Amino acid sequence: MDFTYDTEQLALRDAVRGILGESVGNREKITATEPGWDREVWGKLAEMGLLGLPFDEAYDGAGATAVEVGIVAQEIGRVLAPEPFIDVVVGAGQLIADAGSEEQKRELLPKIAAGELIAVVAHTEPRAPHGTAAYGVTATSNGDGWTLDGVKEPVRHGGAADVLIVSAKDVDATRLFVVDATATGVSRTTYSTPDDSYAARIVLSGAAATPLGDAGEEALASAFVRLQTAYGAEAIGAMEVSVETTVGYLKTRKQFGVTLSKFQALTFRAADMYTSLELARSISTWATMSLAESGPDALVGSRLQAELGRTGRHISQESIQLHGGIGVTAEYSIGHYAARLTVLDRTLGNEAYHLARITDGVADRGIVELLH
Amino acid sequence: MRLALSAEDAQLQQELREFFTTKVPQEIRDAVRHGEELTKEQIVETQRVLNAGGYAVPNWPVEWGGRGWTPLQRHIWLDEMQTAGVPSPLPFNASMVGPVIATFGSQEQKERFLPATANLDIWWCQGFSEPDAGSDLASLRTTAVRDGDEWVVNGQKTWTTLGQYADWIFCLVRTNPDAPKKQQGISFVLFEMSTPGVTVRPIKLIDGGYEVNEVFFDNVRVPADQLVGEENRGWDYAKFLLGNERDGIGATGSTKLRLQVLKEHASASLADGSRPIDDPAVATRFASLENQLLSLELTALRVAAASKDGKPDPVSSILKLTGSQLQQAVSELAVDVAGADVLAAGAGDDSDVPAWAGDSVPTYLNLRKVSIYGGSNEVQRQIIAGTILGL
Repeated sequence: MDFTYDTEQLALRDAVRGILGESVGNREKITATEPGWDREVWGKLAEMGLLGLPFDEAYDGAGATAVEVGIVAQEIGRVLAPEPFIDVVVGAGQLIADAGSEEQKRELLPKIAAGELIAVVAHTEPRAPHGTAAYGVTATSNGDGWTLDGVKEPVRHGGAADVLIVSAKDVDATRLFVVDATATGVSRTTYSTPDDSYAARIVLSGAAATPLGDAGEEALASAFVRLQTAYGAEAIGAMEVSVETTVGYLKTRKQFGVTLSKFQALTFRAADMYTSLELARSISTWATMSLAESGPDALVGSRLQAELGRTGRHISQESIQLHGGIGVTAEYSIGHYAARLTVLDRTLGNEAYHLARITDGVADRGIVELLH
Repeated sequence: MRLALSAEDAQLQQELREFFTTKVPQEIRDAVRHGEELTKEQIVETQRVLNAGGYAVPNWPVEWGGRGWTPLQRHIWLDEMQTAGVPSPLPFNASMVGPVIATFGSQEQKERFLPATANLDIWWCQGFSEPDAGSDLASLRTTAVRDGDEWVVNGQKTWTTLGQYADWIFCLVRTNPDAPKKQQGISFVLFEMSTPGVTVRPIKLIDGGYEVNEVFFDNVRVPADQLVGEENRGWDYAKFLLGNERDGIGATGSTKLRLQVLKEHASASLADGSRPIDDPAVATRFASLENQLLSLELTALRVAAASKDGKPDPVSSILKLTGSQLQQAVSELAVDVAGADVLAAGAGDDSDVPAWAGDSVPTYLNLRKVSIYGGSNEVQRQIIAGTILGL
């Protein structure tokens, strides 16, 4: 049992921190207009091999595990980097790597790794419950191929994508399809999200589509766990900085002639924030190692989401409260972290949803055996 | 990063599991499982079984029965012991006075006390807290004045846990009232509870039980060779001891066991055939507590894997804080699962109400203590804010 990074992993962390650190100052400018992220930074991430990090070497990847992906995600969370690394590389990329045909993998993965192709998963639909089923997009087979009809929304980075991995209902089953985002029959409207990013409403009207291997809900469920784990690591980065920033503020901000750190009511709340952070870090690290060693497990994903939902909400709410008025302004960083944490908790099933999942069968299940 | 235990640790885990479940009497483990109060004899018997197997004092120096285990191995030991329902070795002996004597005591003191302490031939109690010195321990007022070859001790201690069973007490006493700081001028002395001038008064707790006492000292004469280490350096030894006290205080193993047993109770049918756990609100509380316990246990493992040279990691304050909250939350859930049966606290063996339900409120009330003792949760927050966050 070992919870520490090795020297190569630490070097990866430092390299990623270096690259993302350079662009921190540009964030406000970059997020002000579409696509909301920096293609130059994206190119640097590609040069470092990060955009193919988890793919096999055969597809120009680095064959890394969830642990290395988590390291990158955590650094993204620390600076709220707007680049869609997780959506593209973990979401669409690993889904293609997991479930795509050999031909699809050869065609798409090297381009993603090179930073030449943006692919995202288009699964969410308006007012649809979290899960692997598609409701509002239907797939039709017409002998030569498939076409899709319906609406996907909100699709994160959907407007900037070159390729969409779309879930659609084919009679009773949900299947996954590869769709050229610029093809006829695909229309996209982009709008901003509460966490300084962009999402799109995507209307499919007889859009040509190719099945992604023979992938269905099972592949999507695995993708969710990989995404939850990576987003979880991103959340840890964001929580870490939220706590650091809040503690720094308590040490410097003066009221009534003394720094806020002189008020025990405030320092105790900071101590509780730190406690939440460390509990969150523990479960995130565990989920990451579990994914790296044993592959996707939906129950592990739910355990992670339930705990991160609880701790992330606590930290984001307290970080704003302890900052006072400045915390609710867009001019100061802390509120942006709270916005991102709030969105992250709702991206792949919220705390209540996942608490309900781990409640299913709780009477018959023992406590997780960690030591073996 | 790696989740699995090393082959060596996995083997240790197997050995421990087998030892705890086969050598410690089933009757005692059942009593722990059901949250019953143990008798003095049961505690002594268990510790002697553990000591015979080499599992009573693994944290001590190897020379005196220690095992030279890594912090992770110690965690495995504690976790296996607690989940098997084995009462932990008496903390006053195993994690408090023993390590102090082994580290700071004279050779003569080591030989005289350590084997008997490991085997619970001596039952120790702790004389630290005083009526006006709770969390502010250094402000203690009990004095010891040198008179020839003896110290004469006067004063009062309180919250002396299980002092009614104790053979000996380890005590912090003020030996230099003129020291410039209150932490200075304190010494660490050992004496028999049967020494003339020692009076024990049990304090009844809100659960109706007696587990803490007031202890009064009226001209108690203590042989000079029973002062540990150097005169006036007692505060250093106390800090060393308190660092060990927090070790394992998250009690993840015990809380896991409590939650598991409670789940069995909640899964038994009520008179109408329904089960408490089928109530979604109840089931969700089980799921949520299990999950928070998972996070806590993982944190305990991180601390165990990271702590060096047995030095307590300040993050261990998180274990105390969260561990005590979860212990209390589980006892609260038990009260809710018990429902109106909670009234049967005083019912005897003839009652139709199961014992656990009758015991649930006393247990709940008793466990209010865990956020108070061992450095109250407010003290832990102070440590996190001060030591870790620099506030």
